[in-house]
Amino acid sequence: MSAARATAGPGRISICGPLSVAHLGTLAAQLSELLRQAEPGPVAIDLEQITALDTAGLLFLETLPELAAAVDRQLVIGPVPERFQRFQQFVARRPRRPPAGAAPRSSRLELLGGWVLEVYHRTADLLLLASDLSWSALRALGRGPSGIRPGALVEQASALGSAALPIVAVILFLIGAVSVLQAAAQLRKFGADIFVAELLAIGITRELGPLMTAIIVAGRSGSAIAAEVATMKYSEELDALQTMSLDPLRFVAVPKLWAMVLCVPMLTIMADFVGILGGLVVGVTIMGLAPEAFVEQLVDALFLRDVASGLIKSLSFAWAVTIVGVHQGLSFSGGATGVGRATTSAVVMSIAAIIVLDSFWGLLFYLG
Amino acid sequence: MREPVIRVESLYVAYGERPVLRGVDACVEAGEIVAIIGNSGCGKSTLLKTIVGLVQPQAGRVELFGQDSSALTPAERAPLLRRCGVMFQYGALLNSLTVGANVALPLEMHTDLSPRLRVEVAQAHLEMVGLAHAYDLFPAELSGGMRKRAALARAMALDPEILFCDEPGAGLDPVTAAEIDELLLTVNANLGTAVVVVTHELLSIGRLDGRIVMLENGTCVFSGSVAEAQAADQPAVRRFFHPAVRSTS
Repeated sequence: MSAARATAGPGRISICGPLSVAHLGTLAAQLSELLRQAEPGPVAIDLEQITALDTAGLLFLETLPELAAAVDRQLVIGPVPERFQRFQQFVARRPRRPPAGAAPRSSRLELLGGWVLEVYHRTADLLLLASDLSWSALRALGRGPSGIRPGALVEQASALGSAALPIVAVILFLIGAVSVLQAAAQLRKFGADIFVAELLAIGITRELGPLMTAIIVAGRSGSAIAAEVATMKYSEELDALQTMSLDPLRFVAVPKLWAMVLCVPMLTIMADFVGILGGLVVGVTIMGLAPEAFVEQLVDALFLRDVASGLIKSLSFAWAVTIVGVHQGLSFSGGATGVGRATTSAVVMSIAAIIVLDSFWGLLFYLG
Repeated sequence: MREPVIRVESLYVAYGERPVLRGVDACVEAGEIVAIIGNSGCGKSTLLKTIVGLVQPQAGRVELFGQDSSALTPAERAPLLRRCGVMFQYGALLNSLTVGANVALPLEMHTDLSPRLRVEVAQAHLEMVGLAHAYDLFPAELSGGMRKRAALARAMALDPEILFCDEPGAGLDPVTAAEIDELLLTVNANLGTAVVVVTHELLSIGRLDGRIVMLENGTCVFSGSVAEAQAADQPAVRRFFHPAVRSTS
């Protein structure tokens, strides 16, 4: 079908062809041009020759008087052909809703106030959830109905913990290697390049090991937790648990919290080991340090205190990542985009929380 | 006889090893109401999805408006699909857009209407389905019945020649389900749209009173009016229309 077109006669304009959504094309421009050329006085619009009419076509006809007013003409719009009249009556409008207007704007003060309230409520929610979940987790240690479902812990530990082993190992190996490469080049200027072993031992166990492990876990598992909880909320699984008088928090979140709190420190021990190994390999092969001296220096520098402080850190990181993930998952709203939003903010907030906690611990251990 | 807008010939569709449709023949004429019925899992929804090109058949052909749609590339099929509207079982509204924007989306992507006319056409369709006030709401704010209505408005946005509805009454209360059927009848009577409904609800089948195409085990076992179906002798059709209730004493 070709597009609808308009032809002009004296005092009248005929519209021919299909007056339907796909064929309106340039009809408005044609009509406007024809109207401008027409003699002053009323112009009749003849609709006898239209071959099709749909909703868009009818509404287009309703816009014609406005089009004519713009070029200072008056219109007399003819009736639509007999066979379209039933359709016209069906679409004939009830009182029309005005085209979407701008919503009234709030003042800046109101926006600021709304934002502060929002932050307040979200923080309160988060703290409440943190205490609730931690308490549930402790109670789950006991036997009986508040305990963890058998198998759930192993399942979660395997998904959140052991599945992360390869990626944590690769990244920490590289981090250890690069640290030694960078530090040894600087220390060599002072002839002190063997002290790179001490730097490596302390840097990895106290700082980089726990921190990098936690960041990887936040990216892997924090997002997974948020997405899973959000999807469970969306598909009413959480409601279903509640109707079976199971606390969704305990059922879903507690096994995750325990799995994370147990697995992340273990991952960190492995990370410390692999990180130091990476440094050792580079120190010996590229920087040409004597392996015996390197290891001796390492062992001298390393105290249990360093490793333990790293583990305490990683424990708190695991706790924070889980709480943030569950919180974001629970505060999800609105369909597929909501799940995406919850996941993203879970990762961003977890990483922020990890860095803040890390600074806190750093300060505490340094002062203490 | 009016010209068929859909013709399906010995259609064969399998998911992996499991055949779902094994040689289905059916056709739909312009302006007709057709109810595709059958028990759960008999291939009704698959047939619908195959007709609109969401599922590729392994054998057989689907003709839309006289063209062999299964042989066309997606780009070639697009103009045919624009003449069809599909209302999904759970509405399938895009949650990130308002109801109005959902309805206006096909208009925005497929036509060169002015933005103002687009809003008006979308609003007109929302009014037709009784959702005049819902333009700026988000799908998450709607009830199940309203979501179905909004989905119907979106399916109608381009004034299609064929309207497909997958289980229009599923999950709705009887009153709302009847209203949706009423709407489909109004659309069919006033706009001349062919309506293809997939359903297994006897009440809805009776209300729509269209031609019945019954599927059983992936083949078409019956085609005819509701009255004919109720009087039919085939065991599958009898079981469907007169299900025996076994007492469990």
